[in-house]
Amino acid sequence: MNWLIDFFGDPARWTGFDGIPVRLLEHLEFSALALALAMLVAVPIGLLIGHTGRGGVLVVVSANLARALPTLGLLVLFVLLLGTASIWPVIIPLVLLAVPPILVNTFEGIRGVDPELRDAAYGMGLRGGQVLGRVLVPVALPLILLGLRLSAIQVVATTTVAAYTGLGGLGRFVIDGFATKDYASVVGGSVLIVLFALVVQIAFTLAQRVTVSPGVSQRLKTR
Amino acid sequence: MDRLSLEAPTGEITVFVGPSGCGKTTSLRMINRMIDATEGRILLDGEPVQDIDPPTLRRGIGYVIQQAGLFPHRKILDNVATVPYLLGWDRRKARDRAMELLERVGLDPGLAGRYPFQLSGGQQQRVGVARALAADPPVLLMDEPFSAVDPVVRTSLQDELLRLQSELNKTIVFVTHDIDEAIKLGDQVAVLRVGGKLAQLAAPKTLLSEPADDFVREFLGRDRGIRRLQFVSTEGLRLRTDLPAPEGAGTFVFGTDSLRTALDAALLSPSGTAVAVDERGEVVGVATREALDEALAEAAHG
Repeated sequence: MNWLIDFFGDPARWTGFDGIPVRLLEHLEFSALALALAMLVAVPIGLLIGHTGRGGVLVVVSANLARALPTLGLLVLFVLLLGTASIWPVIIPLVLLAVPPILVNTFEGIRGVDPELRDAAYGMGLRGGQVLGRVLVPVALPLILLGLRLSAIQVVATTTVAAYTGLGGLGRFVIDGFATKDYASVVGGSVLIVLFALVVQIAFTLAQRVTVSPGVSQRLKTR
Repeated sequence: MDRLSLEAPTGEITVFVGPSGCGKTTSLRMINRMIDATEGRILLDGEPVQDIDPPTLRRGIGYVIQQAGLFPHRKILDNVATVPYLLGWDRRKARDRAMELLERVGLDPGLAGRYPFQLSGGQQQRVGVARALAADPPVLLMDEPFSAVDPVVRTSLQDELLRLQSELNKTIVFVTHDIDEAIKLGDQVAVLRVGGKLAQLAAPKTLLSEPADDFVREFLGRDRGIRRLQFVSTEGLRLRTDLPAPEGAGTFVFGTDSLRTALDAALLSPSGTAVAVDERGEVVGVATREALDEALAEAAHG
């Protein structure tokens, strides 16, 4: 408890290039960037493959392979290869980590929509793109968001480890704290990381509430 | 499909009926190009459907499927307005039209703001019919629309369809595996056999009295004779007006109900006679066993 007061009560912790606000923003920046890039890659591919039904096996196999990759090893490898002059050695492994859950869930979500529904949509005269955009995506949205949330949590957690390579983020407090036996920093940093992850979870829950139709989530009571 | 050739007359209900695997659904889906025919032609008002871009073609044809296939993320009103929206109708006009249709198919307008999961199967199916009718297409394709609901609801949906059809006069192609449904709804019934061959195309009455072959006869079932009575009018029944209407006797509407209904009424009466009433429910006479017997003999010969 004293460590917490030491950590959060020290005004010096709140300013400067290694202060809490800067580290928090760095963490957010790395995580958001990695997630956004992963989304840009995985969502369109997942939608396309789920909609056309072609290449599904490829998705599952490659996603499982990617999951088996040790993230930390990858991180170290990229840093060794590319150096620490830019953030990319960290971002690239994070993206690789984030792609599989988004890809698999988007694909499964679209493919799993009741075939009768797809049939009805085409039968009404919707074109292929309209079937995808107006029917399949809204119905598959809970699964698509689940994929995004899983990836986000992994990315946030792994960004912490990324501090190991010398980059910023909340992980610095923990790693530097251990190195200098500054346990207030270790504990304080951990708490910040937990809070950050919680906020991310809450943000996704709220996003789900707003974007998923009550008709899909069946949130309303049947009267 | 094998050389299936038939015409669905404008403003009438044509029913495709047959055992599973006879290609009735496939035949139906060829009309709106959900499946493309490998050869042959399908003409819609004289125009080959193969020449029309499928989405455009489908927007002009109402389509009702077994599980209704409503869009779960959209409210009932917007489900019904799907095709008008696609056709670029003004939003308000589309919603007004959808509202009107909900009432037309016998749904409480209060359901307009609900989501499909909040409705019963029968209600969902009515919404499915309303959705198919929304843009007022001249042709309606119905693929086993009532087979997933319980028998009581099914009967009411069938009655509702007949009532709607008497107002709208659509050209309807209806697929079912239920011969009773086919006979009840069809102006003409096409019995298909496995492999997509047309076994017989006839009005229900003709089908029951003159099945083309053993396959059709077997498919029609055992009580074909009794069922045929539902196409025999009670107009010719000789009623007794000198008898008092017996207590607890079954009734039928004279001249409107079929001989089958009259016979049923008599069989369920303790007295064995049926009471004929007019449209307002006033007693017009009594049909005795003898009178029914005469009518049966006549039906059997004619």
